[in-house]
Amino acid sequence: MAHFFLHTMIGQVILTVLEALAVLVPLLLGVAYLTLAERKVMAAMQLRKGPNVNGPFGLLQAFADAIKMITKETVIPSGANRFLFLFAPFLTFSLAMTAWAVIPTNDGWAIANINVGVLYLLAISSLGVYGVLIAGWASNSKYAFLGGLRAAAQMVSYEVSIGLVIVSVLLAVGSLNLNDIVLAQRHVWFCLPMFPMFIIFFISALAETNRAPFDLPEGESELVAGFFVEYSALAFGLFFLGEYANMFLMSGMVSILFLGGWLPPIGIAPFTWIPGPLWLIAKILFCLFVFIWVRATFPRYRYDQLMRLGWKVFLPLSLVWMVLTAGFLLATGLLPQGGAS
Amino acid sequence: MGYLDRTVRSFLLAELVAGMGATLRAFFKPKVTINYPYEKGPLSPRFRGEHALRRYPNGEERCIACKLCEATCPAEAITIESEPRDDGSRRTTRYDIDMTKCIYCGLCEEACPVDAIVEGPNYEFATETREELMYNKDKLLANGDRWESVLARRLELDAPYR
Repeated sequence: MAHFFLHTMIGQVILTVLEALAVLVPLLLGVAYLTLAERKVMAAMQLRKGPNVNGPFGLLQAFADAIKMITKETVIPSGANRFLFLFAPFLTFSLAMTAWAVIPTNDGWAIANINVGVLYLLAISSLGVYGVLIAGWASNSKYAFLGGLRAAAQMVSYEVSIGLVIVSVLLAVGSLNLNDIVLAQRHVWFCLPMFPMFIIFFISALAETNRAPFDLPEGESELVAGFFVEYSALAFGLFFLGEYANMFLMSGMVSILFLGGWLPPIGIAPFTWIPGPLWLIAKILFCLFVFIWVRATFPRYRYDQLMRLGWKVFLPLSLVWMVLTAGFLLATGLLPQGGAS
Repeated sequence: MGYLDRTVRSFLLAELVAGMGATLRAFFKPKVTINYPYEKGPLSPRFRGEHALRRYPNGEERCIACKLCEATCPAEAITIESEPRDDGSRRTTRYDIDMTKCIYCGLCEEACPVDAIVEGPNYEFATETREELMYNKDKLLANGDRWESVLARRLELDAPYR
């Protein structure tokens, strides 16, 4: 049996597909319920109840929304570039899914345990801007265009600080492998010694996923819905799913880089009984809760404030912190040597 | 000092944390939502909803066709025609309210000397056609019969203030 899956062509293909399904099916279900969770949590924070009619506690609302989305008509504007218009949501969606290939859910449990995992994640999340930009441009509408431009500028700006934050983490780990990054946090999660970086990374993650208070690309008050004004039905649904999957991805990155991935908070008995994946899921859910919590709390940033925060606050801060980290590690001789191998 | 204070506060995200604390507290508070079709909010006895024409306990209609309501109605939504009945008493032959004109001011109710026309507690009388909102005497009397117990109670509760 093991021989069939590991050493024959067809076996490997089947194994890969199964692995992908094992990640994607829970992820998609999670995304479906994240939309419900967002509505519920936001409602609770605004003293409302939120959806509670479809099924117990409104638990079937996610499926009702999905059915509505699928059965509606896909409107393609006559001025739009048909191919790019339909390609953009697929790009966004598939990129958000692809990134999960390298996320380790337990020691060594990743579909692809590659040694440049962090770079891969950074590359994939940067590619996400293409989906938004193409959507904005291909719609051939002024609102979508402005939304796309804003999204592109915003995502590129915040990627810089995300990159620098990741560099300071990598300095402390000495490896680009996500597995090693988590294992390096056996004794203390990076969110404690690198607390300011943790906060900067989290806020940049909000900007990267176009979430409130950085949801300028879809600012309803000025751009209707930003880059997806012209989208409807399934294409809109894919964008929606992609956006929420991106939230999952960013929460996963925060969990792995700063919250110790699948590791329990303390490596002693009652905590170690709970399997690793559950810890990771719990941490991701916590991050997602904070995503929603932030959205329920803060008003939207103005565009120039957003850019100022990115370039004049986060960039210098993360740069200084990176130098400090490097200097500290060098001075105390803690700089990791070799890393993965 | 003020500058230092402000800078430290902004670096520690003091305001942001305070804001998030406020939303988190709200998160655990009891919710104010009313599950509308299943739960309804309280109504004052003076609530001015759908109209009804009342009857005396013996079944005789209260309206004496004085036309005060028609005269006072600022929206001119009420139309009344009357003639003496066989037993000599004056009664309406026609009592129409155009509910699309009515502004629910309650002046008809106030003008009525015999508490015949009243505005009840019912506000769920949406219809699918416009015609259904042209109420005639039969409809108004039927409303009165349907809501009588509630209407009497409301009048009783509001009586000290009239």
